[in-house]
Amino acid sequence: MSGPTPYEAVKLARDNGRPTGLDYIHNVFQGFLEFHGDRRYSDDPAVVGGVAWLGSQPVTVIATEKGHTAKDRSRRNFGAPHPEGYRKALRLMKQAEKFGRPVICFVDTSGAYCGIGAEERGQGQAIAENLMELSTLCVPVISVLIGEGGSGGALALALADRVWMLENAVYSVISPEGCASILWKDASKAETAAASLKLTARDARRLGVVEKVLSEQNLGKPAFYRGLGNLLRRELEALSADPELIGKRYARFRAFGTNTLKEQP
Amino acid sequence: MAFLNFLKPKNQLEEGGRTAAPVQEDPGEPEKLCPNCRRSIPVSRLWADHLVCACGHHFRMNARQRIALVADKGSFRELFATVRGGDPLLFPGYPEKAQTARNASGEQEAVICGTALIEGRKTCLFVMEPGFMMGSMGSAVGEKIARLFEYALDRRLPVIGYTVSGGARMQEGLLSLMQMAKTSAAVKRHCDAGLLYIAVLTDPTTGGVTASFAMEADILLAEPGATIGFAGARVVEQTTRKALPKGFQTAEFLLEHGFIDQIAPRGGQTALLGELLRLHIGG
Repeated sequence: MSGPTPYEAVKLARDNGRPTGLDYIHNVFQGFLEFHGDRRYSDDPAVVGGVAWLGSQPVTVIATEKGHTAKDRSRRNFGAPHPEGYRKALRLMKQAEKFGRPVICFVDTSGAYCGIGAEERGQGQAIAENLMELSTLCVPVISVLIGEGGSGGALALALADRVWMLENAVYSVISPEGCASILWKDASKAETAAASLKLTARDARRLGVVEKVLSEQNLGKPAFYRGLGNLLRRELEALSADPELIGKRYARFRAFGTNTLKEQP
Repeated sequence: MAFLNFLKPKNQLEEGGRTAAPVQEDPGEPEKLCPNCRRSIPVSRLWADHLVCACGHHFRMNARQRIALVADKGSFRELFATVRGGDPLLFPGYPEKAQTARNASGEQEAVICGTALIEGRKTCLFVMEPGFMMGSMGSAVGEKIARLFEYALDRRLPVIGYTVSGGARMQEGLLSLMQMAKTSAAVKRHCDAGLLYIAVLTDPTTGGVTASFAMEADILLAEPGATIGFAGARVVEQTTRKALPKGFQTAEFLLEHGFIDQIAPRGGQTALLGELLRLHIGG
């Protein structure tokens, strides 16, 4: 199997031509109604969310959105959320829980925004709260990584029962450029860093971080969205019938890294 | 508010030091330069004041020193001491770096967990170790923290945690990132059982640790002047190309913006934690 190199995958994942969160929402679901605002400070255009139909099933959908045109991309801060984006997402997740709707997230972000206002308004606290609350949310949650999965800013929408990943999406604790500049004081070693970080979909699958890698053969075409919709519907049926949902979600994340420890008491 | 007197700093040094006695000169004794007031302080004096300068500057402290400071004498029982990280991604240079950290710090990993008495009250305690890759969180750190919250949940004990961390340990890639989820889920279970978790944020607490268990406590305390944030200040400066506000990401900045409960000078921490434990008996 020869696919793109890890750094080529990073570039593909960042490509402006890729379908964005809203493309998925509009094509996989029917009748999307967008709900705005975190009810605390503002509405973050880098995160969109609301309700929609998946066949006959009402669902809550949440996505990071990079935008397509230059103007839209700038307005959406290139998909890098502020704390308000995470708080809006959490509000919609709790609303989904109240009304017994499953939650589906589409994640495509270079990461939570590194800005002054974001720090002043508790970027770390916002992500932490989402992680805590998602870990016990009483409805099924599926997250699909469709492009860049940038660290904690992506994880805040991906503590889910099932995490899927597009074949050229990436998921990483740090950008390869950031990693290279910290470790080797040389951002041009990003290619080496990308390979070392094991950030491709295949790596994530091997590490057990994602359950499914989705082919990009028909990316953006009706057949692609139809196929994804069918997969989501089938998976949600199974998850909705599972009385051990929360316990299994805990076990899913509890196990990460445990078998890599050297001495197990 | 006389009943709150016990919360006040134990000595004048903690209050900002304007009235502190002049440092006794003892020629020949090793000294340490305070990065804040630029004075040289005899090491014995610094130790007597828990590594707090007369000007109020809090020097970094290693985990064992903190345990000795906060736990009742001889009460600390270490848990999960043998848990140690591997090299799951075969990351270039990681085993060597981890070994250097083990040699330098004398610890197996970047967090120490256990139980202790604080003013006679039993609690679970974790203390992160700045000397071990600046407290970065890999699988072992995540495992030890998660295991401690589970241990505390089983025995219905509170958890007190001292954080110091540069964030997730990038040499363990995605598995490090997943520790944010793992620790948060363990904190949530402990939280939902009505049990108390107090975090003391110390310099520096950043990145994936801030964005997970550091910020998830019921009560958030921070040492004076500690850097606390999600993104590093330099990254914020480069991203925004703006001058950072004065005191950006300090404990005082977080207090002002509503993200911590109190600034807790080191000398008063034991009394404060003891009182908080008494206020939450049964939790």
